[in-house]
Amino acid sequence: MLYAILCYNSEAAIGAWSKEYHDETMARLHVVNDKLARQGRLGPVARLLPTTAATTLRKGREELVIDGPFAETKEQLLGFYIVDCASLDEAIATAKDLAKANPGTGSYEIRPVAELHNYQLAVERKPAA
Amino acid sequence: MNDIGWIDAVLTAARPQAMGALLRYFRDLDTAEEAFQEASLRALKTWPQNGPPRDAAAWLIFVGRNAAMDDVRRRAKQVALPDEAAISDLDDAESELADRLDGEQYRDDILRLLFVCCHPELPATQQIALALRIVCGLSVKQIARAFLVGEAAMEQRITRAKARIGDAGLPFETPGAVERAERLATVAAMIYLVFNEGYSAPSKEAKTRAILAEEGIRLVRLLLRVFPQEPEVMGLAALMLLQQARASARFDDKGGIILLEDQDRSLWDDKRIAEGLALIDKAMRHRRPGPYQVQAAIAALHARARRAADTDWAQIDLLYANLERLQPSPVVTLNRAVAVNKVRGPAAALEMLESLGAKLSSYFYFHGVKGALLQQLDRRAEARTAFDRAIALANTPAEAAHIRQHLDHLGKESA
Repeated sequence: MLYAILCYNSEAAIGAWSKEYHDETMARLHVVNDKLARQGRLGPVARLLPTTAATTLRKGREELVIDGPFAETKEQLLGFYIVDCASLDEAIATAKDLAKANPGTGSYEIRPVAELHNYQLAVERKPAA
Repeated sequence: MNDIGWIDAVLTAARPQAMGALLRYFRDLDTAEEAFQEASLRALKTWPQNGPPRDAAAWLIFVGRNAAMDDVRRRAKQVALPDEAAISDLDDAESELADRLDGEQYRDDILRLLFVCCHPELPATQQIALALRIVCGLSVKQIARAFLVGEAAMEQRITRAKARIGDAGLPFETPGAVERAERLATVAAMIYLVFNEGYSAPSKEAKTRAILAEEGIRLVRLLLRVFPQEPEVMGLAALMLLQQARASARFDDKGGIILLEDQDRSLWDDKRIAEGLALIDKAMRHRRPGPYQVQAAIAALHARARRAADTDWAQIDLLYANLERLQPSPVVTLNRAVAVNKVRGPAAALEMLESLGAKLSSYFYFHGVKGALLQQLDRRAEARTAFDRAIALANTPAEAAHIRQHLDHLGKESA
């Protein structure tokens, strides 16, 4: 079964990480990523820009374009992993590995994936460019 | 593993909201600071065992408020403090408080906290120092280092600034729409000052002062979170991100200035550029242009050019014309002349400079640009005079060295 592990945390708190703490945390997370990738269990991984860069389109009779994220919450969606797991227990164990590498506030939402389409981009892009 | 690294970040992130609420409650900066300080100490003690509270800011406000009130009571009656367990168990109170903190009040608390730092009687450096201390929570030592002054001097500067604000009275009434907009503009200008203090630091000091540019970016993100629909705030955030994206390409190993044209664009920070471009795109949809948005749009055109030769100078010229209308200033016209040079040539650009001579006669960049234009027109003697004048006005050795390169070049050409 494929699971999406959605990463939530306070953007303000992430933004207050010192460079050293950021680098250390990323290094610890990379260890988890590498292990999953070696096992052939890791699909797409994305880190999103802050919600201040987000725009929301509200559907309805009159479509509405709003600045900011869909919902104002204390924790924001920061990114996600797609991971292949044999069971929910394994998905939770994977999220726990991530939590151990990146302790503190925030949460991981574990959502089974119903469909995954691997479309190819015409141009290989560096994500941030 | 450093497992409390996250606590510092959570405390820093919650600080503006918590300080804003505590200031509203106690109406005194020092009391609010002491209350926050006490709450932070208790957080450091209890969070590692109990884990972080659901809403860190609400926890800090609640604990800070109680601690400060206990302090007052204790001074009055010598009553014992409640024990630690009672304070950390506040789930219900916390969620109730968090609900009340939402919305408008939260926004006005943060705006007020930023606004008190911009009191018009305070000189710019004091405004910046105060914002770094009160809103960002930097230590006096960190601020002193960034400003290259002693700790005692900085401590005194901050104390004096606080006293001045106290004397003037803090603005506690809920602002109306017009007043809120005015406060927002004042705060935005102060945040840009914080950023610029780091960004425009000379190369030798750039590393020490980088913290100021980074804190400026954190502040503008804070402002954007509480005012997510203000195009000028988006513009300011975009501008700062796009400028700071070039930080590691702006100086060579010896601290020499590398002009935009000559920068190694692979050193630019792609993530910051992406965020800056996203923000300016969003801002422009509102069709309510302002000086920050126009400046960000200009920075965006530079950021979008993968090579210097791809730069859309015609568009930059138009944007500067816009900026001249929104915010007339000889410095803006001087910048426009640089774009005009690329589009219509040095003669047209030099003509634009004619009218600026009187106002910018002691401005380093004016003579630098003038010299470069004259050089292009092969008017070497006049170019040399302009470069000499620029060197005399240079603010840093790096600026002087940069102009000297031009002079050397002139020398070689005429040899």
